[in-house]
Amino acid sequence: MSAPEVYEVPSAPLDLGRADDEARLAGASHWRVAARRLRRNPGAVVGAAIVAVFVLVAVFAPLIAPYDAGELPGRAEIRPTYIPGPSDEYLLGLDRYGADLFSQLVWGARASLLIGVLSTLLGLLGGILLGGLAGGLGGWTDTGVMRFVDLLLAVPSLLLAVSIAAIAGPTPAAIVIAIGAVQVPIFARLLRGSMFAQRGQDYVLAARSLGLSRRTVTMSHVMPNSASPVIVQATLLLATAVIEAAALSFLGLGGGSPTTAEWGRMLTSAQSELEIAPRLALWPGACIAVTALGFTLFGEALREALDPRSRKR
Amino acid sequence: MSGVTGTTGGLFGGEPLLSVQDLEVTFRTDAGSSRALRGVSLDVHPGETVAVVGESGSGKSTTAAAVLGLLATNGKVTGGRILFAGEDVVTMSASDMARLRGAQMGLVPQDPMSNLNPVRRVGAQIVEALEDNGVAKGAAAQARTVELLEEAGLPDAARRAQQYPHEFSGGMRQRALIAMGLAARPRLLVADEPTSALDVTVQRTILDGLTSLTSRLGVAVLLITHDLGLAAERADTVVVMYRGEIVEQGPARRILQDPQHEYTRRLIAAAPSLASRRIALAKESGDADAAADDLLAPSLGEGAVAVSTPGAPGAPAEPDTIVEVEHVSKVFRLRGRGLFSRGTDFTAVDDVSFTVPRGRTVALVGESGSGKSTVARMMLGLLEPTSGTIRFDGTDVGTGRDRAAEVAFRRRVQPIFQDPYASLDPLFTIYRTIEEPLRAHRAGTAAERRERVHRLMEDVALPTQLLRRYPGELSGGQRQRVAIARALALDPELVVCDEAVSALDVVVQAQILHLLADLQQRLGLSYLFISHDLAVVRQIADVVCVMEQGRIVEQGTADEVFDAPQTAYTRTLLEAIPGRTLELGRAG
Amino acid sequence: MPRLILRRLALLVPTLLGLSVLLFLWVRALPGGPATALLGERATPEAVARLNELYGFDKPLVQQYVTWLGQLLQGNFGVSTRTGRPVLEEFTNRFPATIELTVVALIIAIGIAIPLGYVAARRQGRPLDHLTVVASLIGVTIPVFFLAFLLKWAFAVNLGWFPSTGRQDPTMVATHPTGFYVLDGILTREFDASWDALMHLVLPAIALGTIPLAIIARITRSSVIEVQDADYVRTARAKGLGADRLRRRVILRNAMLPVATTIGLQVGLLLSGAVLTETVFAFPGIGSFLANAVFDLDYAVLQGFILIIAVVYALVNLFVDVSYGVIDPRTRATR
Repeated sequence: MSAPEVYEVPSAPLDLGRADDEARLAGASHWRVAARRLRRNPGAVVGAAIVAVFVLVAVFAPLIAPYDAGELPGRAEIRPTYIPGPSDEYLLGLDRYGADLFSQLVWGARASLLIGVLSTLLGLLGGILLGGLAGGLGGWTDTGVMRFVDLLLAVPSLLLAVSIAAIAGPTPAAIVIAIGAVQVPIFARLLRGSMFAQRGQDYVLAARSLGLSRRTVTMSHVMPNSASPVIVQATLLLATAVIEAAALSFLGLGGGSPTTAEWGRMLTSAQSELEIAPRLALWPGACIAVTALGFTLFGEALREALDPRSRKR
Repeated sequence: MSGVTGTTGGLFGGEPLLSVQDLEVTFRTDAGSSRALRGVSLDVHPGETVAVVGESGSGKSTTAAAVLGLLATNGKVTGGRILFAGEDVVTMSASDMARLRGAQMGLVPQDPMSNLNPVRRVGAQIVEALEDNGVAKGAAAQARTVELLEEAGLPDAARRAQQYPHEFSGGMRQRALIAMGLAARPRLLVADEPTSALDVTVQRTILDGLTSLTSRLGVAVLLITHDLGLAAERADTVVVMYRGEIVEQGPARRILQDPQHEYTRRLIAAAPSLASRRIALAKESGDADAAADDLLAPSLGEGAVAVSTPGAPGAPAEPDTIVEVEHVSKVFRLRGRGLFSRGTDFTAVDDVSFTVPRGRTVALVGESGSGKSTVARMMLGLLEPTSGTIRFDGTDVGTGRDRAAEVAFRRRVQPIFQDPYASLDPLFTIYRTIEEPLRAHRAGTAAERRERVHRLMEDVALPTQLLRRYPGELSGGQRQRVAIARALALDPELVVCDEAVSALDVVVQAQILHLLADLQQRLGLSYLFISHDLAVVRQIADVVCVMEQGRIVEQGTADEVFDAPQTAYTRTLLEAIPGRTLELGRAG
Repeated sequence: MPRLILRRLALLVPTLLGLSVLLFLWVRALPGGPATALLGERATPEAVARLNELYGFDKPLVQQYVTWLGQLLQGNFGVSTRTGRPVLEEFTNRFPATIELTVVALIIAIGIAIPLGYVAARRQGRPLDHLTVVASLIGVTIPVFFLAFLLKWAFAVNLGWFPSTGRQDPTMVATHPTGFYVLDGILTREFDASWDALMHLVLPAIALGTIPLAIIARITRSSVIEVQDADYVRTARAKGLGADRLRRRVILRNAMLPVATTIGLQVGLLLSGAVLTETVFAFPGIGSFLANAVFDLDYAVLQGFILIIAVVYALVNLFVDVSYGVIDPRTRATR
């Protein structure tokens, strides 16, 4: 009998189950793998850059803007048929009331960021509360909560926001509440669905079999594993919030005067000047679109990075 | 490894129909390119059945895909030739290749659930294959379709052809796929794990049908399978692959009885359908096979002394009982689809009774839908029985437990689930995973818990460096070891293994089975072992309960059930184990 | 199938009842109390008293709700403060305009999005695909009313290719038997009126249809990419299916399933977008009327319109679900 060829057998027994190669390379957790993927995705980089610029401008608005919000330095130069364009004094020219367009845009970034972040936080909070209750407790709580959520989703989002803003009165807070409230059912439904998907998983059964209390299982296993889609959605809804805030102030909600430094309101005022100064509409419109694009790019990249399907193999 | 000699059977001489020569396939991934196949050479002669055997990742399915010109878009043939009837498939134009597929080469794919177009009628999907290959048209094609479905063993074919795939069972779908693959009477049929998604009894009849059909039509078959027993039983020639290379090939019988390569031997030793003896028993008697097995088993130290095995001399006469299951039934209420329609009842478990003796392994065997996993869930206290009682160490598991009693019960009964990918929380490190039960039950100080975790890692033969890793970074076998370590953390008395090894490749499977047997001996554990795989059960069980449609149709000691089955159903199950009748070669 | 529709209609009832409760409470929560809110701030005390009597605003809440609901069921949705006409009448007068606008917008969106998404998917990773992905991202993030501005400024104000406001040239004499102006022109053989109405629709419809277009194109693309890799596509290729059949019967048909769902979801977006688009183009549909109601705090109109729109929205979704069964046999079988 000829000696069989010695076949090279790896030291860790012949174990062929393949681990996620990328994870092996990273030697890191789920979140760090996601971060690595994000860095490799050009969309994420562009999105993050846009968001970073937007946030920096909003935070350092007092340093960047040459004039205060609502200040009308060029008031005397405005004529009914003539609004001065870009000059050395006014980088992007003046608006109908004599405010510096550039300054207004910079202060507008601050307003948009505040409204976007606050309303999304509000929506997230409400959504996690409702969705967590429904997904964590199940049964009648779930049925009740989801009926309510369906009810809110039965009304087109803008109309829902308008109705809520109408109760809250003509203040910027009304806009925040309205947009946040519109997001609540979206987050709630998402989180609940995600939690239900996790609840049937073997690792949850294993945790229950270890004698962990229902609360521990929910808080330390189910919730963290349900978080990724919610985080992705929050990023995407930041974009929606910026757009919807503009839409609501376009509809005259949220109070403030025509000179309030807010992109939606600036766009509204510019409507009547389309023929003599289209730039008054183009700049705030472009600001809204680019900001929303930044959040969307980043959110989509985040979704790809966290997608369990691309993670599994 | 191109030095491996390939001697194809002398039975099929002459020109090969398919000749794969020194094939190399490379996949492009984000992490760079990786070679999936290296130097693969094999021949298939007209009318011959060649089986390619290997574990997951061995490249067997990639070989099949390359032959059909259906590699995934990131895969490419980077070397060698694939000659089909003398023509090189690799350099062929896409349209020539498309003409070849269907007409000259057919495919029977692996998963019957995902391989039929869900939105078209089954018949129409065969009709279009006939039409596009120029076999028949219109009404003739319709008639031919019914013939083909009948030929593939589908009852009531004319009516069935008008149905959609979702109205078919798995076995019926697979028959439809066989009819489809053979519709245009190809000269070569590539069968890629054609039955591995099916229950054993269905598997058997489908394979019988396929075999008789292909031999009658004189079709050559390239059979891809992970099951060495199945390959040996069905093929003339067996090709063994490991990590993208062919390690050995030759006549099926020769491979099985006189394996030349180390890896083939390991595969044979591990194949549950071939190694049909109990692990513990084999170990004791110092059997030659068992010695080979021990290469794979984690080192046992001194502890490999026989602990009570039934039939073994010196065993206690009447071991006490840890679990008593009495007349347990579980009825699920299927929710009605509408607001007002009443739900219907579905009896998943029907009047089941058995006992688990302390320190022994009781196996529940059955096909999908037999209710075995429902019993496991009830045993774990995750589901409540509709009627009947489950007593654990004398106390009722079912209703009316307070929180303290529940926690106490949980500590003593632990599960190991089928899918090690799913049973570990992906966000927990291995350390946290194993420590969690200790922490939850406030067992010891942090330092003591740390020490305990390290000891558990040793018990399951895992290096402690893995403790800081996440489940996603571990292999399937490693994950299952972690799951076992977690289950053992609280010193349970009963471990419920729900298909605990069925998601693993055979060699890993054998390792885990050895680990379980070893732990049982050392820790005196009792196992409730749920499996669909009789061959695996034979290796580990003391007592076997065969379940069919919610009932236990037969129970007895492993030897009784396997050697003298009392019911027709058990016999069918046993006969369905591929390769069961084959004789094992004695290596050496 | 009819049983499915009936069941779904039955399920609609609790939703609408719940919504009516919310809207009822909403009016109660408005600043100034319900009577003032519904009649406007300049309402005379007599008018307030009359309304209080009609709706029983001084009675207990539950009784008020029942009274109000009774009025709703009789078709009394209240009276617009701004125009003085019944809310229901205002709605039915303007609804055809909005239907016309949204239908044209949807036709534009679907007509471009599905072929675009399909072609992009088939050329995955090539320039056309990248272009489609980027364009659809921009399409999703550009605010509707800003896009409407841009279109109006470029094609109506500057180039003068299309009219900038309204549904019909005010100097045009035309009869309107159905309220759908394009259709009316064809029915009455006033083809110039039909053409004129169509020209008025172009810009608003493009503005309104852009977001759905972007979304549908993206879904089509990703769905086709996913289906291309499905096992049954590979099997279909292995059985020698021709390229044409593979495309039409296997890939496209399966890829359309998520697309159909997505199209259904666009209806809510279109109704929201119509409020903004119609306002920019002074298009006399329910959207611009609603926007004016917001400006003027015409709560009766808001309340009534929201309820009716919810009904329409629910019916459209019902229709989408039912038609889904036509493409996907799996959803049919068990019903």
